[in-house]
Amino acid sequence: MTALLEVEDLRVAYGRIEAVKGISFSVEAGQVVTLIGINGAGKTTTLRTLSGLLKPVGGHIRFKGKPLDKVPAHKIVELGLAHSPEGRHIFPRMTIEDNLRLGAYLRKDHEGIEKDVQHAYERFPILGERRKQAAGTLSGGEQQMLAMGRALMSRPELLMLDEPSMGLSPIMMQKIMDTVAELKAQGTTILLVEQNAQAALALADHGHVMEVGRIVLSGTGQDLLHDESVRKAYLGED
Amino acid sequence: MHELPQQLVNGLLLGSMYGLIAVGYTMVYGIIKLINFAHGEIFMTGAFGALTIYTYILPNGTSLWIALPLMIIGGMIVSIAVAVITERFAYRPLRNAPRLAPLITAIGVSLTLQQLVWAFYPGAKKERLFPQFGGSGFHLGAVTIQPADIFLIVAAPLSMVFLATFVMRTRTGRAMQATAQDPDTARLMGIDTERIIVIAFAIGAAFAAIAGVSHGLRYGQVDFRMGFIAGLKAFTAAVLGGIGNIYGAMLGGLVLGVAESLAATYIQHIPGMSHFGGGAWQDV
Repeated sequence: MTALLEVEDLRVAYGRIEAVKGISFSVEAGQVVTLIGINGAGKTTTLRTLSGLLKPVGGHIRFKGKPLDKVPAHKIVELGLAHSPEGRHIFPRMTIEDNLRLGAYLRKDHEGIEKDVQHAYERFPILGERRKQAAGTLSGGEQQMLAMGRALMSRPELLMLDEPSMGLSPIMMQKIMDTVAELKAQGTTILLVEQNAQAALALADHGHVMEVGRIVLSGTGQDLLHDESVRKAYLGED
Repeated sequence: MHELPQQLVNGLLLGSMYGLIAVGYTMVYGIIKLINFAHGEIFMTGAFGALTIYTYILPNGTSLWIALPLMIIGGMIVSIAVAVITERFAYRPLRNAPRLAPLITAIGVSLTLQQLVWAFYPGAKKERLFPQFGGSGFHLGAVTIQPADIFLIVAAPLSMVFLATFVMRTRTGRAMQATAQDPDTARLMGIDTERIIVIAFAIGAAFAAIAGVSHGLRYGQVDFRMGFIAGLKAFTAAVLGGIGNIYGAMLGGLVLGVAESLAATYIQHIPGMSHFGGGAWQDV
């Protein structure tokens, strides 16, 4: 069986500066895979390349066996790959409901969309209470819920979450990570980028540690969680 | 002060024309952050497109009432074609260039379009007469409304209602809002932002064509430079209303039109200003 997503020797550059220097990894259906590492390691660049916002200078991306690196960004979500971007990027001057519906922009099954909007409100009741409010008025954690809800509206086969816990209070961070765990339990395939390595590894089937554009260490979530060098570098232990 | 109501109405009419043009500046700016300096020329080519329909396509002596809808359609087709072609070949290749590059290009496009009309449109080296409605205006109290203005009174509000409905209620309209607010994330939703940009140019051009026709009807003539002053004022209106905001553009147009009309009438009555003719102030 081939993996849902296969990344092979991927290279991405901003001008002459290579931000991703040839990484390879794969995500199997039903798995949670995480990329961890400090700022500037190339995690966000990797996700933005997978969703077509950046074009790779080398390597291959295959999604469901088909090459992805020549597909324009707006056609990628249609293939089943949704991206909840770093910094949330909700549409601030549109209502919460319009934000959610934009997540289903390419879907034509109106009944299914209605059902999924209701489902998003059940998952995140606060969004339902404020559905007619401009999304920019939400708190950071609520915006993160909206961004995740919006990404799920496309019914993705692979959900990419970029730093969902960034800048959130510990309570809100816990809530967001609980939601990721819940999605995993429901069988959603997730590629998770996190700086909160502890939380990400605890959830993940597989983890990859990135440093300046390269994957320096890979293993199961539990292995990495107990790896001495990872504990020192990313989990704040001496 | 007996001319005040009349001047207010004149100002509102003039202002709704500016507002129609301003919508084009504001929509394009809202989405690609480009001040399309060639938009005044889109307005001008729309007026010439309408003139072409009347003069060269329709049989001589067609009633203007019958001709007008066809002239509007013709003007829109020309404006939209010019806008879409300039977007495709002048602005799109510069999409990721520094902001100054498309801005300078827009000025070049503006001059090019003026000179093309000047050089190739028959008789456009000087003003060309635009068809006029016959008959005198009708009176509403102290206010006289010219037949030429009835078009604008109907067209401007209708256009704005259409635009507001389109942007707020349709799927493409919401995609347009999303693209204006966050283009990269809009693409993640599956929105083809290049297509949205073309639609924004096209709607702005259609509105400019309506303004171009009403300009021709009001002033009785069109010329290759008409887009410069009108475009400048409409740009001012767009900035006044908050550039990127379509309602603001219309409102800014109205405010500017009324201010211009009142200034032209009353500044000469301010003590010490009497030696300036009123008309001297209208373009300030």
